[in-house]
Amino acid sequence: MSPVFDKSGAGAELRSLQRRGLIRRSLSLGSLALLTGCDLNSHSGVDAALWAMLRFNDRVQAALFSRNRLAETYPASAITTPFRFNAYYQIWQVRPVPDNWHLSVAGLVSDKAPWTVERLRGLPQAAQVTRHICIEGWSQIGQWAGVPLHSFLKRIGADLTARYVAFTCFDGYSTSIDMASALHPQTILALDFERAPLTPEWGAPVRLRIPVKLGFKSAKNLQSISVTNTYPGGFWENQGYNWYSGV
Amino acid sequence: MHWIGVYAIFCMIFSGWEIYDASPSLPFLFPQWATLGGWLAGAIAWHLAAMWLLFLDGIAYLAYGIMSGHFRRDLAPPALSAFGADLGRALRFRLPHRLGYYNAVQRLLYLGVILTILLAVATGLSIWKPVQLYWLSGLFGGYPVARGIHLALMGMIAIFVVIHVVLVAIYPRTLLSMVSGTASETGS
Repeated sequence: MSPVFDKSGAGAELRSLQRRGLIRRSLSLGSLALLTGCDLNSHSGVDAALWAMLRFNDRVQAALFSRNRLAETYPASAITTPFRFNAYYQIWQVRPVPDNWHLSVAGLVSDKAPWTVERLRGLPQAAQVTRHICIEGWSQIGQWAGVPLHSFLKRIGADLTARYVAFTCFDGYSTSIDMASALHPQTILALDFERAPLTPEWGAPVRLRIPVKLGFKSAKNLQSISVTNTYPGGFWENQGYNWYSGV
Repeated sequence: MHWIGVYAIFCMIFSGWEIYDASPSLPFLFPQWATLGGWLAGAIAWHLAAMWLLFLDGIAYLAYGIMSGHFRRDLAPPALSAFGADLGRALRFRLPHRLGYYNAVQRLLYLGVILTILLAVATGLSIWKPVQLYWLSGLFGGYPVARGIHLALMGMIAIFVVIHVVLVAIYPRTLLSMVSGTASETGS
C-alpha cells in the first residue's frame, strides 16, 4: 500500500505506478536472470502464470478459512499509539464526508433503502481490539466498534449464498470480499475508532473492519455495499494484490 | 532436485527483499536491482508462487533423503571432535575434498541449511496466516516476532549460499559432478 502522491487522484496514481513499473522493469537484474521484469502489469506468459497462481492461492486460502476461528484480541493497553495513517494517498488528501452522505446498498438484497449513521447506530453494536496487518508487513493494534456485517447483511435481506460483497468508497477506493469472510463474527461496519466516532482520516462516517484479512481490505469512507455473484475486484486487487488476502 | 531448489530459493530471497523494502524493519534497504517482482504486488505474487515450487521440491527431497538413506549415511550430525578437526583443516585449506563423501564441516553446514529452510517455511506460513494458523504464529511468538525470525532465517540462508558458492569455486570439479549428476569420484 505504498502511497503515491498526486493531487489528481486515482488516475494519476495508476499512471505513476505504471511509470515506476517501467523504470523498475528496465533496471531489474532479474530481467536478465530470473524474468523479474514480470510485475503483473505486462502481458507476458510469466505474468499470466503469476496471475494463475494468485487465483490458485485464493482457493487455498478459502479452504483454510474457518468462520469460527477468531483473530486474537488484545487488552486496551496493547493499542498502538499513535496509530499509523494509511491509504493510497497521503493524509492531507483525505476527503471530508460529503453533505447528505448515506450508505447505499445494492445487488442481491431485498431492502435497498439507504442508511444514515443514525440508523446504523440503532443496530446492535460490537467492539474489538485487534491487529491490523498491512500487506507491506507492518502491523498495529487498534480498537473499533460498529455493526457486525453479518447482522447488517441479514437486516437488509442479502442473499447470503451470494459469492461476493463489494465496497465502494467516496475517496475513489474500492474492494471486495468473499461471503464467508463477510459473515465472520469479527467483520464489522465500524462507526467508532478508539471509543470516538470515526474522523475522516480513519474512515468516517463508516468503514469496513475485517481482522481476518490484510489491512487494505478494511475499506474506509464507505459509499455503497453491494452483494453480487460477479467478481467485483478492487482498487489494489486489479493491479495485482492477491484478491483473497486472508490472514 | 538441487537446481529446482536453487531457483526456488533465489526467487524467494529476491522477492522477499522487495517485500522487506515495502516496510523495512531494519535501517537499510535492499537495492532495487537485486529484487524480484518490480513492486510489492509483483514481489508477493512471486513469493507465494515460488513458495509452492519450494514446497514440492522440499517434500521430494526430504522423501528421497529419508528413503534412499542419504540423510542417515551422509548427513548424520558429526561428533564435535570430528567437526573441530575438520574445521581446523578447512581453515588451513588442508581439508581433503572427496566427491560422494561429506566431511564433518559439510555435514553440519548441509544439515544446518536444511533445518534453516524448514524453519523459514514454517515462519513464512505463520506470517502468511497468523489467524488461520494461529498456533504456528503463537509458536514463534506472534506475528511481529515471527516476521523478524523469518528475516533472520533468510540472512542465514544467504550466508550459507555465499559460503557454499565460494567452496564450490575453490573445488570446481564438485560443480561438474553436480551438473552431470555423478556423485562418486573414480579412484578415490
